[in-house]
Amino acid sequence: MKLAIALVILVALSLVFHFISPWWLTPIASNWGSIDDTIEITFWITGAVFVAVNLFLAYVVFRYRFQKNRRAHYEPENKKLEVWLTVITATGVCLMLAPGLVVWAKFVNPPTDAAELEVVAQQWQWGFRFPGEDQTLGKSDVRFISVTNPLGIDPKDPFAQDDIIIDNNELHLPINQAVKVWIRSKDVLHNFAVPQFRVKMDAVPGLVSSLWFTPEKIGRFDILCMELCGIAHHTMRGFVVVDSETDFQQWLSQQPTFASTQGGPVGDAVAGESLYALCSSCHGPRGEGNQALNAPRISGQSPHYLKRQLVYYKAGIRGRHPEDTYGQQMAAMAETLPDETAINDVVAYIQTLSSSTPAATLTGHRDKGQPLFVSCAACHGAQGQGRFSTSAPRLAGLQDWYLKRQLVNYQTGLRGAHAADNFGKQMTLMANMLSDEESMNNLLAYIQSL
Amino acid sequence: MPHVAIADQTSELHDPRSFITKYIWSQDHKVIAIQYALTAIGVGLIALVLSAMMRLQLGFPDTFDFITPNAYLQFVTMHGMIMVVYLLTALLLGGFGNYLIPLMIGARDMVFPYLNMLSYWTYLLSVLILLASFFVPGGPTGAGWTLYPPQAILPGTPGVDAGIVLMLVSLAVFIIAFTMGGLNYVTTVLQARTHGMTLMRMPLSLWGIFTATVLGLLAFPALLVSAIMMALDKLIGTSFFMPAIVSLGEQLDYTGGSPILFQHLFWFFGHPEVYIVALPAFGMVSDVLAVHARKNIFGYRMMVWAIVIIGFLSFIVWAHHMYVSGMNPVFGYFFATTTLIIAVPTAIKVYNWVLTLWRGNIHLTVPMLFAIGFIFTFTHGGLTGLFLGNVVVDLPLSDTYFVVAHFHMVMGVSPIMVLFAAIYHWFPLVTGKRLHDGLGKLHFWITFLGTYAIYLPMHYLGFLGVPRRYFALGSTDFIPESAQTLNASITVSAIVVGLAQLIFIFNLIWTLRKAKPCSPNPWGAASLEWQTPNVPPRHGNWGQKLPTVYRWAYDYSVPGITSDFIPQNISEDAVIRDAETSGDVDDHSDKGSHT
Repeated sequence: MKLAIALVILVALSLVFHFISPWWLTPIASNWGSIDDTIEITFWITGAVFVAVNLFLAYVVFRYRFQKNRRAHYEPENKKLEVWLTVITATGVCLMLAPGLVVWAKFVNPPTDAAELEVVAQQWQWGFRFPGEDQTLGKSDVRFISVTNPLGIDPKDPFAQDDIIIDNNELHLPINQAVKVWIRSKDVLHNFAVPQFRVKMDAVPGLVSSLWFTPEKIGRFDILCMELCGIAHHTMRGFVVVDSETDFQQWLSQQPTFASTQGGPVGDAVAGESLYALCSSCHGPRGEGNQALNAPRISGQSPHYLKRQLVYYKAGIRGRHPEDTYGQQMAAMAETLPDETAINDVVAYIQTLSSSTPAATLTGHRDKGQPLFVSCAACHGAQGQGRFSTSAPRLAGLQDWYLKRQLVNYQTGLRGAHAADNFGKQMTLMANMLSDEESMNNLLAYIQSL
Repeated sequence: MPHVAIADQTSELHDPRSFITKYIWSQDHKVIAIQYALTAIGVGLIALVLSAMMRLQLGFPDTFDFITPNAYLQFVTMHGMIMVVYLLTALLLGGFGNYLIPLMIGARDMVFPYLNMLSYWTYLLSVLILLASFFVPGGPTGAGWTLYPPQAILPGTPGVDAGIVLMLVSLAVFIIAFTMGGLNYVTTVLQARTHGMTLMRMPLSLWGIFTATVLGLLAFPALLVSAIMMALDKLIGTSFFMPAIVSLGEQLDYTGGSPILFQHLFWFFGHPEVYIVALPAFGMVSDVLAVHARKNIFGYRMMVWAIVIIGFLSFIVWAHHMYVSGMNPVFGYFFATTTLIIAVPTAIKVYNWVLTLWRGNIHLTVPMLFAIGFIFTFTHGGLTGLFLGNVVVDLPLSDTYFVVAHFHMVMGVSPIMVLFAAIYHWFPLVTGKRLHDGLGKLHFWITFLGTYAIYLPMHYLGFLGVPRRYFALGSTDFIPESAQTLNASITVSAIVVGLAQLIFIFNLIWTLRKAKPCSPNPWGAASLEWQTPNVPPRHGNWGQKLPTVYRWAYDYSVPGITSDFIPQNISEDAVIRDAETSGDVDDHSDKGSHT
């Protein structure tokens, strides 16, 4: 009796949950409404079976519950009933399968006028490439990948020269233009997924996969990696920004071509020396940093990171939060660097500086910090040396009080919350694993020992 | 049946005498079954704790310091692998398979008792190797239970040094153990059935176990070769699964391998594995339903064929796990079709279980509660499979919590409901004592309602698009804050269900120590395993002479028969009939016995 009632209640609750819960498919922003339709069809058919089978089960459990004087009915088989049930089930299956295969055929055959672009996945970032004026993507190969050629494009291929390289996590697309997306990976499996577009596909090293869709809503949508790709899998995020055609063209025109990223100028340390004069007032003549002035050590820091931070400060991506007073100071200073050349020069000069490792100012247990650092090491390297490929700065030799402030800033949103700060977002997700000050001190004690 | 002839003539049974030969190096299938079961349950409890730690992170992120992204992925991986392979496969086949096969077919033991013993000790070795990976530098692998290369063997993944190697070695050793056991089970079922025990008189438990074992013997080799090939890729730098790669900025020496090849091999094992777990559960639940409803299983022949057909089809659906893997999308048509076809025999099984209860006389004993609970959870899990199997519907749902919820309902909760039904049902046979009823009911209600509270809402996280295997969601625009509330409630339910298993363990211990012996066949079951001269059965099972089987295992409530069940080894002449209706009884039991 109790069981029969429980079954009825469970069926009823399932239905109520389905109809009133706020959790359902996120509003669609692409042409794949037909996929949502197949989900609806499947839902109604399976839902009907779920309700029918379980209500009948509840009825049977109630109606044929044990009674002393009753004897069960003896009927080994009932051919007619079994055949009927088989036929009805097969019909239901066909009703779900047929529309599914029809929509799949649409997915397998992209429209001929689809624009092409490429998504390149790596641990734990996204890169993108548009074919440029010749409408043809140049050849690529893993062996071409280097610091200046992150997507591994064949430098000798004439079709590659005008390809447009997007070496960050933000992709723009024009509205109402079908796009066929070629998907590559440099290292391990990843998956290019935008929930609002409904489609997803793995990025597989060694082959090129693809999918297609037409964005139909202007907006900013999350790209998520949906195939486990290592420790920082959950931080592998990106954005698709769907623009009007004109906005899109404007954005595209600001992106570098492959040719322009090759053999570009590297900074001039001599020119950088005079620019550094201003920096040295806080960061010190040898880039050693100064705790009294809240300035971190910058000598020995990874150049790619220094450059990105200066760009971020100038562009208001870092140091704009109203409570981030130190960041605001630095943003004002970065403003004094007029252009990219100046940034390159000053970074080149900082590379020539050396200073001694600062002393610890915090007390923590190194041994307790070590297991925590394993997750940091995935990007920052086992020795905290920083890693270009994961866009991660050097941690070893940075002052512990500075690192602590940054960790707290990430946790509280003073840093990394800006929409364009994709790496900051990754770091926020990671910094949140530290639940209290003690564990932060332990981790910093370990980093101090590197 | 030559084996039977020999077994029958055994005039003297060589009972093991010392404690060691009786309980440690035992060759008795019943002792080996218990060894398998206890080891599997023990390691399963570890996996249960791992899942609790995962849920703590998901429900209450950034609260527990020891759960780092690194550790989280290790918990996920070890939980999955232990549950699927080292608990479910081992407990269903090594445990129940071992215990039930000889007793249900009327044999004295497995045909290769020494191999059977070796199988258990090899299994134990594989478990120890697996557990050892918790104690090596870098810890166990965190590559996910699917162990997909390249990431399983490249830096950036937890346990990429000793962890993954130990996992691969442990799997290889497990497969050796399974092969020794599996060949034994198949041979025993085919060769050692007693007089009169035709294949079509076997209880469905045996059909499920037998078919699953055949699947295992065909499927596990695919996993074995992939484990060996991946170990070679890892240890000596071959490139079976490894294309040219730049790993964390470094050019590696690999070239020309295919990560998708691994996925095909893995799922060629992995999909049949679902049925290696499901088919024994299908079989055992059929028997529990029939016994406790006092009614024959409905559509026995259809049920047998459904098991065999599902077993066959399970080998041609594997790539439905790979719709978005980057394989040629044209495969999608084929695999979606075969996958949805499997729904037909599976649905028939569900109908027949319900129709078995229909017009029965249902005793809501603890095993029966779990069995009916299984029908509910399995229906739910089976139906959500129709979403994921239909290739285009899978696109938005693949790699989300919908998948996690689906496979936990269908191959986590459902087989475990059957395992509990089976343990409560056969416990009196194994120990001579009945588990405590009240505690059993409490255990059932918390487990049944609790697991539904875990997994029903989880499907909706999947609809929303929440990805699986994420350490934390952080702030993601399309995911509402309320998803976190849902996650917290799922975690609370999971902890409650996890703790409820302590009731079960307490019940086991209490019953063994304090409960009084029950009657030898307390449920009034007709199948052969309950008809041994001693309960629990002694070494050799049948005393001097093997039983002779006269009928199928489901003669319950046969009209005109005084008792409401007729054991399989009772001949027509020995059946006691109601005096006035004896005329037309023969008719019925002939139909029923399917000779």
